[in-house]
Amino acid sequence: MEEILVAKGLKKTFKISAKQQKLEKTKEKIKVAVNNLSFTAYRGEIYGLLGSNGAGKTTTLRMIATLITPDEGDVLVDGVSVVREPDRVRGKIGFLTSELKLEEFFTPNYLFHFFAQLHGMEKEETEQRKKELFDKFGISSFAEVKVADMSTGMKQKVSLVISIVHNPDIIIFDEPTNGLDVLTARVVTDFLLELKAQGKTMIVSTHIFSLVEKICDRVGIIIDGAMVCSEELSRLTAEKSLEDVFFDIYAERAGEAV
Amino acid sequence: MKSNVITIMKKEFARFFKDKRMVLSTILLPGLLIYVMYTFMGQGLSGIYSSDESFVPQVYAVNLPEDYANAEGISVNFIAAEDETAAKEMLTAGTGGEAGGCDLLIVFPENFAEAIAAYDVASGEKAPEVEVYYNSADTDSSTAYDMMMEFLDSYESSIANKFDVNSQEKQYDLASERDTAGMVFSMLIPMLMIIFLFSGCMAVAPESIAGEKERGTIATLLVTPMKRSHLALGKIVSLSVIAILSGLSSFIGTMLSLPNLMGEAGDISASVYQVSDYLLLLAVILSTVLVIVSVISIISAFAKNVKEATTWVTPVMIVGMLLAVTSMIESMKPSNLMMYLIPLYNSVQSMNGIFSFSIDIPGIAVTCVANVVYAIVCVGILTKMFNSERVMFSK
Repeated sequence: MEEILVAKGLKKTFKISAKQQKLEKTKEKIKVAVNNLSFTAYRGEIYGLLGSNGAGKTTTLRMIATLITPDEGDVLVDGVSVVREPDRVRGKIGFLTSELKLEEFFTPNYLFHFFAQLHGMEKEETEQRKKELFDKFGISSFAEVKVADMSTGMKQKVSLVISIVHNPDIIIFDEPTNGLDVLTARVVTDFLLELKAQGKTMIVSTHIFSLVEKICDRVGIIIDGAMVCSEELSRLTAEKSLEDVFFDIYAERAGEAV
Repeated sequence: MKSNVITIMKKEFARFFKDKRMVLSTILLPGLLIYVMYTFMGQGLSGIYSSDESFVPQVYAVNLPEDYANAEGISVNFIAAEDETAAKEMLTAGTGGEAGGCDLLIVFPENFAEAIAAYDVASGEKAPEVEVYYNSADTDSSTAYDMMMEFLDSYESSIANKFDVNSQEKQYDLASERDTAGMVFSMLIPMLMIIFLFSGCMAVAPESIAGEKERGTIATLLVTPMKRSHLALGKIVSLSVIAILSGLSSFIGTMLSLPNLMGEAGDISASVYQVSDYLLLLAVILSTVLVIVSVISIISAFAKNVKEATTWVTPVMIVGMLLAVTSMIESMKPSNLMMYLIPLYNSVQSMNGIFSFSIDIPGIAVTCVANVVYAIVCVGILTKMFNSERVMFSK
């Protein structure tokens, strides 16, 4: 198996403002969001990052996507360092998260061309890719509708398409089905499996066990910013369900039964 | 119902008064800045309409009565004018205040003293006529005119109105259309242009940068392989174009409407300027917009949302307006080339020079180059800000 994404000893801390200190009733000035986190994803597999809210999943993904820089450690994306060559890494990955929004004034058609240009795609290649993706997600019917006038599901479809406009080999999805109705969630899940079939590598963060069980090959469990387990799904769930495994580990870490 | 109204009012007051920045920018700052600005403007206007206290006007006189030469109550230097036309030409040329120049021309009828002595007010005949010529676009000439008119009025009253001053249908103000236009435009347009350009920039820059941060769309751009410097430059150039269009629209409107605003008092037209003047003006405006957009963009990048950006930009705009007022203050003209390095001040003074026909090419060159350099530095700062996760993703 070929290693395509290797995270080594990632650490990320955030300063806590006086306002946040008051809110969180803490005197700590620094919050460790991710601590000494390492994992490896192999080409063509879906790696699931599982953890509760605030565990450090999104921070990890944002470091991989070069939106934020690790305090310590590094991630090699197809051999390219996110610390030393973030611009190159951005060209290799697609990143979809709920914090990335689309300009409401524009239409899917305009946005697709705009992001294709930013990725340096040729016109012909762009048209071909647009047809393929718009047909796949049924976007053609609302290609000229402004984002502001779309439903949540339509927006999520457009966001998904925009994130993979350049046909990247590595795609990072942060909570890809969050807030979606069952139909759209199904479309997205099926699409992830289709991408996998095409040989794409995906890092998916979620707290939905069923989604991980359905699509992931390997799972990393993050608790309080630390990677406590990184294992093939089949091995992890050989004796227990993923949910039971997760809560056992969680209880062990917390030192008490949950 | 009454208690609900009070509850809502309390909430609104709490929202406002607990936000120190809002209180500062909404209540304290406007009063303070208006006081400072009006004080500056007052000094400027008094500087425009009055000369130095030690000023002694050079008054060319035709048929000057002997007792006027050493008259008390007026401190002027009378010069016997042998050639009335030459004196008028000097006035038209705006030589007031200059050594050997002419501040005023006064034409008495021949044998003025005898004529007023012989004149009977009750006769119904035309009184002896004194003519006073001046140049309203020349501060010294205007001052000399006021002094002389006051003196003549007083003298006329003391001798029972036995003569008239400037009573005929003649043009006594010898200011050319060019001079008048130069004075009005150089005073008003630089200040208005700075305000227009700021308004244009404020309408688009906070929305484009702080707005993108607020809506989360900037993050979508930041995960593309595009260089951050390209993002910064693209934003600044496009915002500058929009701000220039907005500023030019206001500029054209002002230039066209100013004659209407001035009415008969200001027989002025923008046609007194050459194409080269407008090209120089365009160069100054373009470089100025780059500076204003860059500064507002940096402030907007620091702000968490559009509202915060607008709040922070307002004091900067008022400082810009204060610098703009220097176009009205004679004593604040640049004394050396280095002063053209001061942002906004340099633009105001360059525009002032263009409009008043006293173009300082080295000064304008320094202004344009300095402004472009400042804009490049700002693009660098903005690039660093786009790279800073603390700035871009601050909550």
